[in-house]
Amino acid sequence: MAPSSVKLQELIRVIRTAKTQAEERGMIQKECADIRSAFRDEDPAFRCRNVAKLLYMHMLGYPAHFGQMECLKLIASPRFTDKRVGYLGAMLLLDERHDASLLITNSIKNDLNHSSQYIQGLALCTLGCMGSPEMCRDLATEVERLLKASNSYIKKKAALAAVHIVRKVPELIELFIPATKRLLGEKNHGVLHGTVILITEMCERSPDTLRKYRKVVPELVQIMKGLIMSGYSPEHNVAGISDPFLQVRILCLLRILGHHDGDASEAMNDILAQVATNTDTSKNAGNAILYETVLTIMDIRSESGLRVLAVNILGRFLLNNDKNIRYIAMMSLLKMVQTDHNAVQRHRGTIVDCLKDTDASVKRKALDLSLALVNAHNVRSMMKELLPFLDNCPPELRSDCASGVFLAAEKFAPSKRWHIDTILRVLTTAGSFVRDETVPNLIVLITNASELYCYTVHKLYRAVLNDISQQPLVQVASWCIGEYGDLLLTGVCEDVEPMQVTEDEVLDVLETLLQSHMSSPATRAYALTALMKLSTRIRDNVDRIRKVVSIYGSCIDVELQQRAVEYNALFKKYDHMRSAVLERMPLMEKGSPNHNDQSALISNGEREGGGETQGGVKLQPPVASQTMDLLDLIGVPDASLPEALPQPLSQPLTGQTGIESSVGGELLDLLGGIDFGGIPSITAYNKNGLSLEFSFQREQGSLLTITLQARNSTASDMTEFIFQAAVPKTVQLQLQAPSGDVVPAMNRGSVSQSILINNPNRVALKMRLRLSYSVQGSSVQDVAEVSNFPAQAWQ
Amino acid sequence: MPAASVILVEQVRSPGLSILRAFNYDTYAAANCLYIEAVKQMHFMLLFSRQGKLRLQKWFIAIGEREKKKIIREMTQSVLARQPKTCNFMDWKDLKIVYKRYASLYICCGMEDQDNELLTIEIMHRYVELLDKYFGNVCELDIIFNFEKAYFILDEFLMGGEVQETSKLSVSKCIEESDLMQETMEEYMSKPTF
Repeated sequence: MAPSSVKLQELIRVIRTAKTQAEERGMIQKECADIRSAFRDEDPAFRCRNVAKLLYMHMLGYPAHFGQMECLKLIASPRFTDKRVGYLGAMLLLDERHDASLLITNSIKNDLNHSSQYIQGLALCTLGCMGSPEMCRDLATEVERLLKASNSYIKKKAALAAVHIVRKVPELIELFIPATKRLLGEKNHGVLHGTVILITEMCERSPDTLRKYRKVVPELVQIMKGLIMSGYSPEHNVAGISDPFLQVRILCLLRILGHHDGDASEAMNDILAQVATNTDTSKNAGNAILYETVLTIMDIRSESGLRVLAVNILGRFLLNNDKNIRYIAMMSLLKMVQTDHNAVQRHRGTIVDCLKDTDASVKRKALDLSLALVNAHNVRSMMKELLPFLDNCPPELRSDCASGVFLAAEKFAPSKRWHIDTILRVLTTAGSFVRDETVPNLIVLITNASELYCYTVHKLYRAVLNDISQQPLVQVASWCIGEYGDLLLTGVCEDVEPMQVTEDEVLDVLETLLQSHMSSPATRAYALTALMKLSTRIRDNVDRIRKVVSIYGSCIDVELQQRAVEYNALFKKYDHMRSAVLERMPLMEKGSPNHNDQSALISNGEREGGGETQGGVKLQPPVASQTMDLLDLIGVPDASLPEALPQPLSQPLTGQTGIESSVGGELLDLLGGIDFGGIPSITAYNKNGLSLEFSFQREQGSLLTITLQARNSTASDMTEFIFQAAVPKTVQLQLQAPSGDVVPAMNRGSVSQSILINNPNRVALKMRLRLSYSVQGSSVQDVAEVSNFPAQAWQ
Repeated sequence: MPAASVILVEQVRSPGLSILRAFNYDTYAAANCLYIEAVKQMHFMLLFSRQGKLRLQKWFIAIGEREKKKIIREMTQSVLARQPKTCNFMDWKDLKIVYKRYASLYICCGMEDQDNELLTIEIMHRYVELLDKYFGNVCELDIIFNFEKAYFILDEFLMGGEVQETSKLSVSKCIEESDLMQETMEEYMSKPTF
C-alpha cells in the first residue's frame, strides 16, 4: 500500500505550530526521511508534491540537495505541473557551479521546441536564470531562433535569455545582432523592453558592437517620442506616465550610445530636453525617468544649456520633501562635482543643510558632497558647518569626516593659526577616529609655524589637562610640551591667555601620561621622550626626570626600556652632549608620499657615510623622521648654542640632486664646483692645504642649499674630517650627512656635504666654521668665519 | 556555434568580476578586445517578515549556499535596524540595498552602483500589485502558504534581474492561463492534486 503523503499546505501549517527551534527541526527531519524514502522508491505519484515540500524546507534553511536529481526527473515529465515545480526547484537548488545543471540541458532543449508557449517560457526562464556558460553555448542557437518566432510572449523571454547568454559568454554577441535590429521595430512593449536591454548588454561588453548600434539612435528617439506623446494607455500606464520601465531603459541605452560621440549626442538632444521639461514629477515613476534623463545628459556630449537644465533639476530634487529624492540628488551631484564644479557649488547651502538631516544615508551623502565642495573661498564657512557635524555625527561617519576635514584644511587653510586650531578641534572631538598619519603630519605643521609655538603649546596643554584618552591628541601634545615646554613655563603668551604653570605641574602631566592605562605604547614613548627633552629646558627638576628615566630602564615594554636606557646614558656618560642632542627640532618639510619609509639612523656614535642614494630625486630638504625614532640628532643652532652636531649621528635620507652621498663619493669629483642656479660659488676657507668651496642654490622662499666641497692639497690624507657650522640667530641651519670623512691628499678627491639654510628675515648671511681633522697622526682644529657670501644667497 | 571565430585566451575570475580576453581571428585589428564582465545587475530579491523570517529568496547571481545564508542574515539585520521614516536606500558593503516595507513584509533588492534606484522601487511595487491582483488583498499568510505561486508570479515578471513584461494585465493573464494548464493536465491524468 502506498504511504499517504502529507499535502504541502498541511505541512506548512504543522511546521508553523512548532514552538521551538528544536521542535521544528524534529518535524522537518521526520518529513525529510519520508520524502527520502519516497524518492528512493521512485514513485512518480507524489514526486511533485514532495519536491515542493522540500523547497519549502529549503527556504527555512534546511539542506535540500538530495532533491536535485528529482527536479531533473520532474522537468523530464510530460505534465505541466511537474515541469513547473521541477524548473522552480532547478532554479532554487541548482546553479551553474553544480555539475547536475548540465543534465538539464537536454530537457531544456526539448522544451524550447515544445508546442505550448508556457512550457517554452519555463525553459527560457530557467536558462536565463541559472544557465552555465556551457549550457549557454549549447543552447544559444535555439534561443536565437526563438527571437525570430512569431509569438511575442516567446520573443520577450528569448530576448532576456539572450541577455543572460551574452553576460556569460560574450563571444556570442555577434550571434544576436541581426535579430535585434528587427526586434526594435516591434510594437509589443515587453519585446521592445527585452530588446533594449539586450542591446545595452551587448554595447557595454563590446566596443565594436557599440559602434554598430550608434545607427539606431534615431529609431530609439522615435520610440521615446511615441511613448511621451501617446495618449493614455491603460496597459502600460503608471501614475499617468506611459511605461516608465521602457522609458528608463531607452534613456540608459541612449546614454551608452551617446557617450563620447558628438553625432549621436546631437541626435538625442531634443528628446532629452523634451523629457526633462515635460515629465510629471508628482509621483515616483516620473522622478525615476527624470533621474535617468539627468544621468544621461551629464554623460553624453550635451550642449551647455542642457547641462544647466540637468543641474537645475537636481537642485530641485535637493529641495524635495521626499528623502529618496534628496538622496539620489546628492549621489548624482557627487558624480558630477569634478566636471561641473561651479554648477554644484550653487547648491552648497542646501547640501550643507542636509548634514542636519535625521536620515543616516542622506547624512553620509551630504558629508561626501560637502567635503568635495570645499575650496579656498568657502573653507572657513564650510568648516563652521563641518566641525559641529563632527561632534554629533554617527560613529561610522566620524573617521571619514575627520580625514576629510584634515585634507581640506591642508589644501585650503587661510592661515597657519586657523589650520592648527581646526586640527586641534578635530583631535579633541574625534581624536580616536583619526588615521595614524595625522600625528606626524600635525607635528610637521606645528614645527613650521614657528610664530605659533607658544600658542600651540598652551592650547595643547589645556586640552591634555582635560582629557587624556584620545591617543593622537595626547601624542601631539606630549611632543609639543617636550619641544616647547620652556615657552609654557614662562607664563607669557600673546595670542592666548597664558597659564601659570610650574615645572612640577608639567612634569606631573607627562608622568600621568606615562603611567595611565589609557596610553598606548606609542603614546608612552612620546611622553618619555618629551620628559627627556624637558630636562634641558627646565632648571630645577632635572633630578626628577633622571629618576623617572632610570625607573623605565627596567620597563617590560622593550621599546620603552631601550629608550630609557639610552636616555640614561645621555645623563651619565654623554651629559656634555645632552643639551645639544635635545635641542629644538629643525624645520621639516612634508616630503614624498613615502616619507614614512625613511627612518633616521639612530645609533649613538655610529658613523654612516651617507644615506641611501636616491639618484635623480628632486631636490628637497630631508624629511626628519618622527620622534618615534630615537635621538634625531640634527642639530639646529639656537641663540645659546653655537654648534651643530657632528654629522655622522644623523641620517636623513633624501639625496640631493647630483650628489651621490654614498661612502666613497667618487661621483662628487665630477660634480665638484658645479654652479647651480647662477649664484657664484665662494671659497669659504683655505688654510693649511684644506680648502672649502661653497656653491649655492636657492629654493622656494627663503630656503638656500649650500653644497660644500672640501679638498686637500697636502701630501697626506686628512682623516676624521668633521665640519661644524653656526649661523646668526634668526637663521636656521641644517647639516646633512657628509659623503665621507677622509679628504684624499693631492686633490685626488673631495668630501662634500650639504647645508640647508632657512633665512626668513633675509639677514646678511654669516657663518662660523669649526673644523677638525687628523693629518699625519696629529689632530688639527680650527675656527673660522665666513662673511663673503654673495648677496643673492640671502637677499 | 558562434558566428565569429573568436577564441578564449585568458580568463581571470575574482568575486563579482570576470575579465575575459578574447582574440578575434577574423579581424586582427579588433583583436584583444577586453571583455569585462562585471556583475552589473540586480543581485537578489528577498522578502522577509518583521521578525526576520525569510519568505522568498530569488538570486540572480551564482554564489554558494553558505554565502547566501550569510548575506541574508546580515542584510535582514541591517534593514530591520533602520529607523522608520528614513529613505528607502541603504549602502551595504559594495551594494546598494533598496527596500520597502509593505505591512509586515519587507522587500529588499540588492543593486549595483549604476542602477536606477527609483525604478527599483517601481519594480518592487509592481510585484506587490501583481501579488495583490492574484491573491486578492494579499497578506503575508498568502505568501507563506502559497510560496510556489509567489515564485511563479515573480518568474513571470522578472528574469535575470530584469523586467520581462511591463504590462500588468499581460502578466496577470499569463499566470492565470498557466494555472489553468495546471488544472487541466491534472484532470487528464486523474491524479490527486497537492
